[in-house]
Amino acid sequence: MSKPKFAMYWSGSCGGCEIAVINIHEKILDVDANFDIAFWPVAMDAKVKDVEALEDGAILLTLWNGSIRNEENEHMAHLLRKKSKILVAFGSCATEGCIPGLANLSPMQEIFDVAYHTISTDNPNNIHPQTVTKVPEGEITIPALKDRVHTLAQVVDVDYYMPGCPPESHQIAAVIDLVIQVLEGKAQLPPKGSVIGAGNSTVCEECTRKRNVKMIKAFHRIQEIAPADPELCLLEQGIPCNGPATRSGCNARCPAVGAQCIGCYGPAEGVIDYGARLVTAFASVIDANEPEEIERILDGIPDPTGQFYRFNLADSLFRAGSSAFKKNGH
Amino acid sequence: MSEQFEPTIIGFTCNWCSYRAADMAGTARMKYAPNVRLIRLMCSGRLDPTFIMKALASGADGVLITGCHPGECHYLEQNYKALRRYLLLRRVLKGMGIAPERVKLIWASAAEGVKLTNEINTFVEEIRALGPLGWNKKLAGNGHKIEEPVMEEVAA
Repeated sequence: MSKPKFAMYWSGSCGGCEIAVINIHEKILDVDANFDIAFWPVAMDAKVKDVEALEDGAILLTLWNGSIRNEENEHMAHLLRKKSKILVAFGSCATEGCIPGLANLSPMQEIFDVAYHTISTDNPNNIHPQTVTKVPEGEITIPALKDRVHTLAQVVDVDYYMPGCPPESHQIAAVIDLVIQVLEGKAQLPPKGSVIGAGNSTVCEECTRKRNVKMIKAFHRIQEIAPADPELCLLEQGIPCNGPATRSGCNARCPAVGAQCIGCYGPAEGVIDYGARLVTAFASVIDANEPEEIERILDGIPDPTGQFYRFNLADSLFRAGSSAFKKNGH
Repeated sequence: MSEQFEPTIIGFTCNWCSYRAADMAGTARMKYAPNVRLIRLMCSGRLDPTFIMKALASGADGVLITGCHPGECHYLEQNYKALRRYLLLRRVLKGMGIAPERVKLIWASAAEGVKLTNEINTFVEEIRALGPLGWNKKLAGNGHKIEEPVMEEVAA
């Protein structure tokens, strides 16, 4: 009997998700034992035309990591959606845009200028990438950037979501185990649209730090009050910790070692807008009732938009800052 | 465009004060700009910032939040919570490139029908001066629109 096919693809991402997959150590042999790896550009040599030659739905499981940043990403998303029975948005970039999504706060022109034409860029010939370049042999093309970063689900239908930047290896191993059990008929797949490989609660739920009902008079950056109290809730020490709105599943690794949660596991169950939930959480610990005093305390968060949408901007209710829409003529 | 821009404004009112102020304005036949759509909450402290973001992202040009005067909250101090959220939310909106003036918090007691109508009229003019936000068009213009949740039918 031939083994079911497995694919993993990356688009606008850093490659950390691939490393997290390799970090499952010997469990990767189970993947090889149970699957025929049909397409995984990082790990093996296969061409897009090999995927195009497959029948629709021929790949059982595709893990997609990365945001939809350019036209090629979008094309591949449609292709792999067509060829896959189960498409998983794998990692924060695919589920919510992640760090690449922060580009949605800037207009396209500014992104190009910073990358190619600022004083820190070594570009003596003033090269600016073009989507089409004429050379003696003919035309060569590179994919154009889309106006803004999209999540995978904003472009194609997604079956499951696996959050994390990157997803924790023990969670990846658990999901692979589940899929293998499903193949053996010992387990059932969760309902379509489920978040897999993560908890249903918040990071605070997994965090062992003590919470009192303490209010704060100032926000601090973590290096300003080091060492932070190792027992006490970080937010109650005035350190902007994103735990209250962030999905559990990581065993609260960052707060456990004294670093604030930055929210890489995305919005917790039932949270519609991640940043809005954090606005509520942060506002609730501020110990002031006078507008001037409140403003002074809020000055301690230098970049609230970045703080609350570091990973989630492309999937927030606004999707982007207003300047990202300028190209559309609105 | 010769026609005057008519802003769409969502107003969140508190059951114990500003909603009654609006009621009083109606009973007393005081007139105010029809641009504002009032939604009653039990308290300004019930106002999740998500509501404001959803309103703006779905096509509202401005959001008015009204609550009881400081110290007069029916639930003791929830209006202070609303104030803190409002001040933080304005900073987030600014970072998104949205004028923070599109969201405004005012205090109006149940007796202040006149004050509420004046505040509404002032706010409508302020938003008219800022011009349309049109975020829903921005999103649709990029080949993508906000998904509307499918509402579950519940038997009465």
